[in-house]
Amino acid sequence: MSGHSNWPEWIYVAVVIALMAWVGAEAWEAERLIEHVPADAEVIKVTGQQWFWTFEHEDGTKEIGELHVEVGKAYKFEIMSKDVIHSFNIHDYVVLLDAVPGRVNVVWFAPDAVGEHDIQCREYCGLIHYNMRGTLYVEEPST
Amino acid sequence: MVLELAKPRPIWQIMFSTHHTDIGLLYLISSLAFLFLGGSLALAIRIELFLPNVEGAGQIIADSMTFNRIFTVHGTTLIFLFIIPFASAVGNYFVPIMVRYKDMAYPKLNAIAFWMIPPAAALVWLGFADFTWYAQPPYSIISAPGPAADMWIFGLKILGVSSVLGAINFVVTILKCKHPDMSIGQVPLLAWSFLATSVIIIVAIPTFAAALLMLLTDRLGISGFFNPAMGGDPIAYSHLFWFTFHPEVYVLVIPAIGMMYEIIPRFSRKPIYSYNSGVFAFVMLSLVAFSSWAHHMFATGMSFTEKTVFMVGTLAAVPASAMHVFNFIATMWNGRIKFATPMMWAVGGIALFFAAGAGGVVNSAMPLDFSTHDSYWVVGHFHLFVMGTIAFGSIGYLYYMFPYVTGRMYNETAGKIHFFLSFVGTILVFFTQHVLGLYGMPRRVYDYPPIPEWIAMNQIASVGAMIIGISMAIFLVNMIYSSAKGKLADIHDPFGLGGKYYYPFEAKNPHH
Repeated sequence: MSGHSNWPEWIYVAVVIALMAWVGAEAWEAERLIEHVPADAEVIKVTGQQWFWTFEHEDGTKEIGELHVEVGKAYKFEIMSKDVIHSFNIHDYVVLLDAVPGRVNVVWFAPDAVGEHDIQCREYCGLIHYNMRGTLYVEEPST
Repeated sequence: MVLELAKPRPIWQIMFSTHHTDIGLLYLISSLAFLFLGGSLALAIRIELFLPNVEGAGQIIADSMTFNRIFTVHGTTLIFLFIIPFASAVGNYFVPIMVRYKDMAYPKLNAIAFWMIPPAAALVWLGFADFTWYAQPPYSIISAPGPAADMWIFGLKILGVSSVLGAINFVVTILKCKHPDMSIGQVPLLAWSFLATSVIIIVAIPTFAAALLMLLTDRLGISGFFNPAMGGDPIAYSHLFWFTFHPEVYVLVIPAIGMMYEIIPRFSRKPIYSYNSGVFAFVMLSLVAFSSWAHHMFATGMSFTEKTVFMVGTLAAVPASAMHVFNFIATMWNGRIKFATPMMWAVGGIALFFAAGAGGVVNSAMPLDFSTHDSYWVVGHFHLFVMGTIAFGSIGYLYYMFPYVTGRMYNETAGKIHFFLSFVGTILVFFTQHVLGLYGMPRRVYDYPPIPEWIAMNQIASVGAMIIGISMAIFLVNMIYSSAKGKLADIHDPFGLGGKYYYPFEAKNPHH
C-alpha cells in the first residue's frame, strides 16, 4: 500500500513477541513449581457456604470462621461448596481457588511465619459476600 | 451528512425513519442517555465505598442487596446500552458513506435492531437484577431473586438478537454493497473495524444466547444444565459465557480503535503510517479473540495444561494490539499535530490502552493471576479498557462528528477541560484500583474492613470518580448548549486542518 519500508514495525513486533514468550515461559515454570503439592502436606477440608467458611482438620476437629495452623508445615486445602460458587482466599499467601459445588479443588500452602491473616471470599456469592471473612492464625508448633 | 439541527424535523420523522443517519442519531442519543444513567450508578458505588461502614458511619446505600443491584445494572448498562449502541451509531453514520452506498444494506432490519434496545433496556432497569453482569450459576439459579433475574435474562436475550441483526447488516453493507470501484483493500480502517467486530458478534453471540435459555429453564426448575443439585455443572456456564464475552471485549474495543484511526491521521495531517498493518491487526485480533476465553477461569480449578493453553492464547493477542499502538505513534511521528479536542481524547485513549494492555499481561501470567483474580485489580484493569480506551475513543469521536451531526461547533475550551478532568480522574480511579487489588480487596463488595491502606485507596478512587462526574456534567452542558446555540461550523473543514485533508462526511445520502 504505502511506499515506505516497514522494517521498524517488524522489529517492534518481534520484540513484543519475544517479551510475551519470555513472560509465558517464566509463568509456566513458576506455575509448574507452585502446583506441585508436597507429599507430606496435611489435608484441611474447606467448605464454603452462604456466608461463612468451615474448616475440617485431618483429626476431625472443625473450625468455623477461623483456622489455626502451625508454622513450617505444609497444608493442602480441599475446597468445596455447599451452595453457590465462592472463592477461598488468603491473600497474604496468594492462596486463591474457587469453591465450586460438585467439585473438590486443591491448593496448598506452607506458612513461614507466626501471625494472623485475613481469609475472605473473592467470588460474588450474594447478600453478605462482602462479609464472608475469617482469620488464619499461624502458630508455633504445639510439641 | 445530515445536519440534524440546522434543519429541524419533527421527532416522529426521525423515529419512524429507516435512513441510516436517522437510526445513527437514535443510537447516538440513546447510548449517551445510558452513559449518564450508568455513570450515575458508578458514582453511587464510589460514594458508598468512600468509607467503610463503622457503627453506621460511611453507610450511604441502605443495604448490600441494593448495592449489588446497582453494580449489576451499572455494568450491564454501560456495556450493552452505551458502548455497543454508541459504536452502532458511528457505524450507521459512517459505514455506508465510507463504502459509498446509499444506506445500510437492510434499512428496515436496521430500524428493528435499534428498536429492540428500548424494551430490553426497560427490562434491565425495571428488573434491577443483583447477580452481576455475568449471572454466574448456581447463584443465578438458586439464589438470585426474581422477577429481576428473569427480566435481565430476557433483556439480554433481546440485546443479543439486536446486535446480531446489526452485525449482519454491517457485514452485508461492507462486503456486498460497497462501490464496485472500491476494492476491499481501499475500505477505510473504521469500516474495517466494523467488519471485524461484526464477524466476531455473529460467531460469538449465539453461544451466550443458548446459555441464557439454559439459565432460564434452570431457573424455572425444568432443567439442570448448570445446577449441581440436578447433576449440572456451573463451570459449563462459565465456558459458554466467556466464549461469547471474551471475544465481546474485542467487539467493544475494535470500533474504538477504528475511530482513532479516523482521528489520528487527520489531526496529525499525515496519512496513516501503515494501512495494511492496521487491517492485519484487526483480522488477527478477531481471530485470537477466540483463543483466550478461559483465562477468566484460572481460579475455578482448571488443570495446568488448560491454563497454559489459555495463557498462550491470551498473550497471542498482545502483538496485534501493540501493532495498533505502533501504527498510531508512527502516524503522529513528525506530523503537524493539531491538539483539538478529538485528538486529545484519541491520544489519551491510546496511552490508557497501552497501560490497560500491560496490566493484562500480568493477569494472564498464571501465577500472578492468583494475586489479581476477582480483586480490585481486575476492576481497574477492565475499566482502563472500557473507560480509558473505548469511552475515550468514543467520546473523542463524538466531538469529531459533532459538527457533521449538528452543523455547529462544540465549545473547544469546555471540550479540553472535559478531557483533562476525565484523564486525571480515570488515572486516579483505575490505577489506584490496580494497587488496591494487589492489597487484596475483593471486587463486588458492599463494605470492607477498616484496613488503613484500603480506606486511603478507596478514597482516592472515589475522589477520581467525582472528578470524572464533574467532567461529564461539563460534557453534557456543552453538547446540549452547542447543538442548539453553538457557532455554525465550516462544514468543509470544521477543525481548520487545511483543505487537502479529505473528510468522508461531505458526502450526503438523500432521505428516502
